[in-house]
Amino acid sequence: MKDHARLMQAFSAVDEIVGRKKLQKIIFIAKKHNYAFHEKYQFHFFGPYSEELTLRVEELCNMGFLKEFNEKKSGYYQYRYEITDEGRDFLASQTEAPSAELEPFLTDLNQQSSRFLELVSTILYFDTLEEAECIEKVKKVKEKQNYTEEEFQEALSYIAHLKDFS
Amino acid sequence: MTTYALQKLAEEKVFKDPVHRYIHVRDQVIWDLVGTREFQRLRRIRQLGTTYLTFHGAEHSRFNHSLGVYEIVRRIVDDVFASRPEWDHSERLLCLCAALLHDLGHGPFSHSFEKVFDLDHENFTQEIILGQTEVNRVLTKVEPDFPQKVADVIAKTYENKQVISLISSQIDADRMDYLQRDAYFTGVSYGHFDMERILRVLRPLDDQVVIKSSGMHAVEDYIMSRYQMYWQVYFHPVTRSSEVILTKILHRAKELSSQGYEFAYEPRHFKSMFTGNVTLKDYLNLDESVVTYYFQMWEDEKDPILRDLCDRFMQRRLFKYVEFDPSKEYKKLNQLEQLFKEAELDPDYYLVVDSSSDLPYDFYRPGEEEERVPIHLLMPGGEIKELSRQSEIVDAISGKRRTDHKLYYPKDCLLDDSTHKETKQKILDILGVTER
Repeated sequence: MKDHARLMQAFSAVDEIVGRKKLQKIIFIAKKHNYAFHEKYQFHFFGPYSEELTLRVEELCNMGFLKEFNEKKSGYYQYRYEITDEGRDFLASQTEAPSAELEPFLTDLNQQSSRFLELVSTILYFDTLEEAECIEKVKKVKEKQNYTEEEFQEALSYIAHLKDFS
Repeated sequence: MTTYALQKLAEEKVFKDPVHRYIHVRDQVIWDLVGTREFQRLRRIRQLGTTYLTFHGAEHSRFNHSLGVYEIVRRIVDDVFASRPEWDHSERLLCLCAALLHDLGHGPFSHSFEKVFDLDHENFTQEIILGQTEVNRVLTKVEPDFPQKVADVIAKTYENKQVISLISSQIDADRMDYLQRDAYFTGVSYGHFDMERILRVLRPLDDQVVIKSSGMHAVEDYIMSRYQMYWQVYFHPVTRSSEVILTKILHRAKELSSQGYEFAYEPRHFKSMFTGNVTLKDYLNLDESVVTYYFQMWEDEKDPILRDLCDRFMQRRLFKYVEFDPSKEYKKLNQLEQLFKEAELDPDYYLVVDSSSDLPYDFYRPGEEEERVPIHLLMPGGEIKELSRQSEIVDAISGKRRTDHKLYYPKDCLLDDSTHKETKQKILDILGVTER
């Protein structure tokens, strides 16, 4: 249950997360910055994706610790997650506390759009490549997203900014 | 491409196979890959990990499975797609190599090893393909950037999504092989479906591989087979018990090493796992024979926990289990942990919640981008329809995840009332164990 508890701490840090894709990318980016999330990620169509994360979030919903809302927003549906009272009780029963930097880190990520986080997480996924090579790779695998040069520059600056938290 | 890429063997080689009858090899590249030390190593890694402790026939290896996936992809690209203009025929060798090598990075008892030592077999697959290995030397002879292409297909980052779909999607060669192979070797009667029919109705289209609608019932059968195999074989509670013990052995050995414990028999092969600096060479030197050899040696260790856990694994004295509902019983778990300590049973090693979960089939829901690429049917008029919209059977199980939580414990220790009799009785009462 420790991995479930860590996810609950993430939800608790930001109050709510809107969008499954956004959730996936936030946890991936946090994991990349050595926060204690153990969900295994692979590359899928919208960038890094963790089946384990999807599963744990579903389990947290089934346990009644998280509430998932499916809401219509400007013509499309999206999922929103909030912690329930039972979830707060569960969190209170945990002995392991999150690191102090987790909350501001996740809050900053949560303020970004899911499209932007998709780009940031995909760049981070290929971060073993040289910068130019990495950008080429992201352009290829994300061809349909048509990211502009400005967006790439913004994403690279944002990745540099994330280092300030550690 | 070099001439090596097109080079054929003077005579076709065949592997006799219980699932596909014969596996045909005509390409020199494929034959050379099979002969590499990294691929041969897969003979010493079981496809189903500890499942052989439940189904004694499940001794088949990742070598068998990898050849099986190769054979299925070979039949698709050489037979089914041969006359299809929507298929890029220049991708043939890439598909075959990626199919053959897709599991190359699996280590011994992958699931437990990855969890305890924070490893990822997919990263090792990439390292083997791109590093200083025999596999890399063979692939580089095709063309200098060929290893990278193979690695990209397996990592699902290759540009041609049709190629990725053949190896990795909700209906791919990997699953089609393992369902049939695992059913054959475990001896269960599930896992069978009409693969011949499915292969005949596969069609390359745009950036995916679709199924002619006339093959829908064969796909339904495949999805139900998969569902049954997961719950009857892959998530069998006894197999999960052996996995729990295996995981705890590795945890204990790692913990002891970090405390400076002196092993009676130096765990040389595990050294870099314990310190977190695993090189590719170290990783490739480990296989299941090596691991079980250590477990056998550790049956005589002086540390009582390591000794006991290894003995349990080797002699199949597994933990028993009760059903567990984490949402209602997490407080009970805290109480049990306390009682285990009082009974001098370390709860970190002897009280384990294990969860299994499977989603038989899923599709995009309107408005929310999901990661699972749905199975699409090609209708007679050329229209594309998502499978669950056409199939009532698939619709009934789409998006429905089934999860099972169990609490594992050593019943034999709790029934031994020579020490801590009252505490152990309290534990048995909380667990609801009445049978002695």
